[in-house]
Amino acid sequence: MANIQRSGADKAGSAIRYVVLGIGAIFFLLPFYLLLRNGLSTEADITSPTWKLFPSTLHWSNISDLFNDPAVPMARSLVNSLVIAVVQTVGVLVISGLAGYGLARIPFRYANAVFYFIVATLLIPAAVTFVPSFVLVSSLGWVSTLRGLIVPGLFQAFATFLFRQYFLNFPRELEEAAQLDGTAYWGTFWRIVVPNSAGFIAAIGTITFIGSWNAFLWPLVIAPDQNSWTVQIALSTFLTAQTINLPQLFIAASIAILPLVVMFVFLQRWIVEGVERSGISE
Amino acid sequence: MSVSAPARGPITTRLRGRYDRNLWFAVFVGPFVLGLLVFVYIPIVWSVVLSFFDAHNTVTPSKFVGLSNYLDMIRDASFRSSLATFVLFALFIVPTTFVVSLGLALLINRARFARTFFRSVYFLPTACSYVVASLVWKLSIFSGVRFGLMNTVLGWFGIEPIAWLSVTQPPWYWLVIVTARMWLQAGFYMILFLAGLQRISPSLYEAAAIDGAGGWKVLRFITLPQLRATSTAVLLLLLINAFQAFDEFYNLLSSSGQYPPYARPPLVYLYYAALGQGQDFGHGSAGAVILTLLIALVALGQNRVLGLGRRED
Repeated sequence: MANIQRSGADKAGSAIRYVVLGIGAIFFLLPFYLLLRNGLSTEADITSPTWKLFPSTLHWSNISDLFNDPAVPMARSLVNSLVIAVVQTVGVLVISGLAGYGLARIPFRYANAVFYFIVATLLIPAAVTFVPSFVLVSSLGWVSTLRGLIVPGLFQAFATFLFRQYFLNFPRELEEAAQLDGTAYWGTFWRIVVPNSAGFIAAIGTITFIGSWNAFLWPLVIAPDQNSWTVQIALSTFLTAQTINLPQLFIAASIAILPLVVMFVFLQRWIVEGVERSGISE
Repeated sequence: MSVSAPARGPITTRLRGRYDRNLWFAVFVGPFVLGLLVFVYIPIVWSVVLSFFDAHNTVTPSKFVGLSNYLDMIRDASFRSSLATFVLFALFIVPTTFVVSLGLALLINRARFARTFFRSVYFLPTACSYVVASLVWKLSIFSGVRFGLMNTVLGWFGIEPIAWLSVTQPPWYWLVIVTARMWLQAGFYMILFLAGLQRISPSLYEAAAIDGAGGWKVLRFITLPQLRATSTAVLLLLLINAFQAFDEFYNLLSSSGQYPPYARPPLVYLYYAALGQGQDFGHGSAGAVILTLLIALVALGQNRVLGLGRRED
């Protein structure tokens, strides 16, 4: 009897869970729907007093209008964002990967001191130091340049920390086999360690890319010139402007999230691993 | 694992090996440490120096003012109100995001089918930037005009449209700000909770089932205690991220270069104080130092809890 009752309760519980998950999913997908709906509408469709699920005709021409509008530096800002995100991702992987490996594997008398020098900066989130960073980078004359946007973001203590933790647990036998060949640290790293760490590198790489593509405060501070806008700054400028072209802004935002949505569909496994690694280590 | 020096080869090669190691350490770690020095340590030190000077529109000031920038900041009502804004914001966002992301993780963890689908759906907003979320929230969902989504829904019930972002009494803008951040963040923390749930040993649940415990009891006496480390980490991450809130406040509330006098969290305050018209780097730096010290205290607590920096070998 008791068993039958429980399985009945289980089924009801399971159904309730799916109803809750389903309703929540609708709410979580709603903003994506609104981006597309408004992006493919005309201004009149959006401001219509009755809500239409989708406009009667989908205005795909909004996309070409957006790229042809000389007042909106859409193509330029997308290219800027792409260059920044790619260079920062590759740069962080190389710089932090090397540093993490050195800290984990190369014996050095002051390695501990160096390690504390690095983790001390983890106490200070980058966002809080934007005033001093602006002071330094503007003194270098890097305002509104790609250098100013990219270089300060290349030195991520947290990525180095994660790489070090990862390499500490890397199977030593693999490296020792290489070292018997007389291959030095450099060769071991590039020929043995890197090819065998593709998953971890993908995890750190994807979350670095996402952070870089979505960054806002630093590009806002350091790149006021329109030629150096990232796509986030371009969107923000038109969002906070006096007059707003609604369909254009929504289609621009849809295009701005497209690269990351594609990444989430195809690389989700690595992104999830990256989030887990960056959230907490076991 | 303790460090064991490889004791092979004659003494000369061993010496050369040690020299080489120092060199290789420099090659591997040097670029990063150098970058950290230039782009993190120097700005911080410079900022501390500037905070003791009168530095209007200059980064090489000559007028030493002692602690007066700090005293001005502490006396400044708008600086203190920015801290109060953070506290209020944290009181809304931290518990709600915590409960929603934990709830989603628990639901998805128990789901028998379509698990990956639901995980992806809730995780997908993480791909969006605060700018994009602000755009949808400000111009569509919580648009103050009649055709905004919320006002349309209210209209079905005969309720007059609400100017969500421009009314201060009642402060509806909080609803807009908190829901936007919640939508962006919940999936991220849900992933952390799911990872934590996966680490709980199934034998604990089996033991509970044998004892006849079910439902809430399992949650209360097994799941939640086993999630303690994850929960602590999530709470602290939520708190630190709330402290650094800037993007959604700026994009939701400012318009044509103007930001309203209310709802200014610390970074928004700092942005306008240091980089606004005055370019007052002295006061701006003093504010940055105070905020850095405050957040370092929180982060220090986090490190103690998480054991960051503890050697694993």
